[in-house]
Amino acid sequence: MTAARDMTAIPVIEGWFTTGEEPRLVASRCTACGTLVFPPPPPEAASFCRNPVCDGEQHEPAELSRAGRVWSYTDAQYQPPAPYVPTTDPFEPFALAAVELPEGLVVLGQVADGYGVRDLAVGAEVELVVESLYEDETGERTIWRWKPVVELGEEADQ
Amino acid sequence: MSNAIAVAGVGMHPWGKWGRPFVEYGVHAARTALADSGIAWRDVDFVVGGETVRNGYAGYVAGSTFASALGWNGARIATSYAACATGAQALDTARARILAGLSEIALVVGADTTPKGFLAPNAGERWTDPDWLRFRLLGMTNPAYFALYARRRMDLYGATSEDFAQVKVKNARHGLENPYARYRKEVAVADVLGSAIVSDPLHLLDICATSDGAAAVVLTSLDYARRHGLGGAAGPVRVEAVSTVTPTFPNTVIDMPLLSTDHAAGGAPERTFKESLALAAYEEAGIGPDDVDVAEVYDLSTALELDWIEDLGLCKRGEAEVLLRAGDTTIGGRIPVNPSGGLACFGEAVPAQALAQVCELTWQLRGQATGRQVEGARVGITANQGLFGHGSSVLLAR
Repeated sequence: MTAARDMTAIPVIEGWFTTGEEPRLVASRCTACGTLVFPPPPPEAASFCRNPVCDGEQHEPAELSRAGRVWSYTDAQYQPPAPYVPTTDPFEPFALAAVELPEGLVVLGQVADGYGVRDLAVGAEVELVVESLYEDETGERTIWRWKPVVELGEEADQ
Repeated sequence: MSNAIAVAGVGMHPWGKWGRPFVEYGVHAARTALADSGIAWRDVDFVVGGETVRNGYAGYVAGSTFASALGWNGARIATSYAACATGAQALDTARARILAGLSEIALVVGADTTPKGFLAPNAGERWTDPDWLRFRLLGMTNPAYFALYARRRMDLYGATSEDFAQVKVKNARHGLENPYARYRKEVAVADVLGSAIVSDPLHLLDICATSDGAAAVVLTSLDYARRHGLGGAAGPVRVEAVSTVTPTFPNTVIDMPLLSTDHAAGGAPERTFKESLALAAYEEAGIGPDDVDVAEVYDLSTALELDWIEDLGLCKRGEAEVLLRAGDTTIGGRIPVNPSGGLACFGEAVPAQALAQVCELTWQLRGQATGRQVEGARVGITANQGLFGHGSSVLLAR
């Protein structure tokens, strides 16, 4: 465990989100028409614009807004099957949210550690955080998550 | 020009968890459908199999597998895969050859043997496969997607967990007398609400199981049906339309197994994907929602049945709970939905399910749905959606 902790935490998948103080999702943007796609295509893969009236094949990374509003939400009360990697035994339920970003995409994600469906509502504001998903032989692997933005004063009620 | 073809015969193998090879179910359903049609296997000139992806090579070449199991008769074959819409796409393939005059009698078969529990992706590390990534990165199961739609209904239209439970209660009652249904037992609202929550707000009894099962349909040209007097004086049940349209960009409803919607820079499109599926069927048939007497829709969850009622235009958006509470969607009501008992009573046997919907509506339109008959039904519609832009809606009439 000590060895794992000494290694640097790295994103579970490369190029989908930035890390640091203000992490963001990274979409790909068509250089011809500006259509955004998340997740971005793998770096070595060809990218054909999803917009049917555009034949663009060039794209560039585009960071998305950090905050959005909950389109809908749920949770996993049972352990999902592989390739999900469980990190606790017994399994601990986690929440999931589909979040509408100002750019006009709805993006799924797990909800930040410590928050459940009781902390969520359709339309509520959430922001992106990066947290540990699991550890593998290379160390800690991280993932983007949605964290409820709790208004001052509301915290006392929870 | 009419795009209609005749349903000469239908047949099913009962749904369950029998653990037998899928081929046995398929052959049973095929022979039942052929017997129902009065047409001999040797006269079938086209076989379309619904592919199953969990049963090895035989499943990938299902058309060949069924044709060979029935005994090679020289028929042409095809195999279709369209996720949950597989059966409808197979039906459409058969219809196209019949309408083109290239085939006269087609047999369409879908059968599956399914594993227990959550449907999970095939083994292996596949970092570019969205269906693999949704489990690895998010633990996003099928019920979790259904739950997102259910929660949204609650928030936008005031649906309650009791409403969802009432869908299960209704469908359980519908399926009581259906000899092909896997679950034939009354369920109370308290049973649903007392079952474990799988993905909030959906309980175990809100979500359909996965099942073994098979369904088969024998199709002919209308000309063949006329020459052979199929269906008696009233004529055969007709397939009036088969819609298998794909979404139109931008798809702004998050679809299984994707992690994001399309980018809707200019706002949402006029119609959702599911609405467009039904509309294409109505337009092809020249039939409208007001003409529909009965519907079989894909109730992967109880809440999804309510979504489909609106997607089919059977009521306005947000009003499905009103129909449900008034008993309109119960047999005997204005527009009965899932008289077969639906997926709630069957569980899902992927390549067979869209064909099972067609079997049920055929029996309904013939007046043969013993114990669950929608009296006087003349027009029926199916609806279904699968992964990766697949979906279907089939309109049948007599």
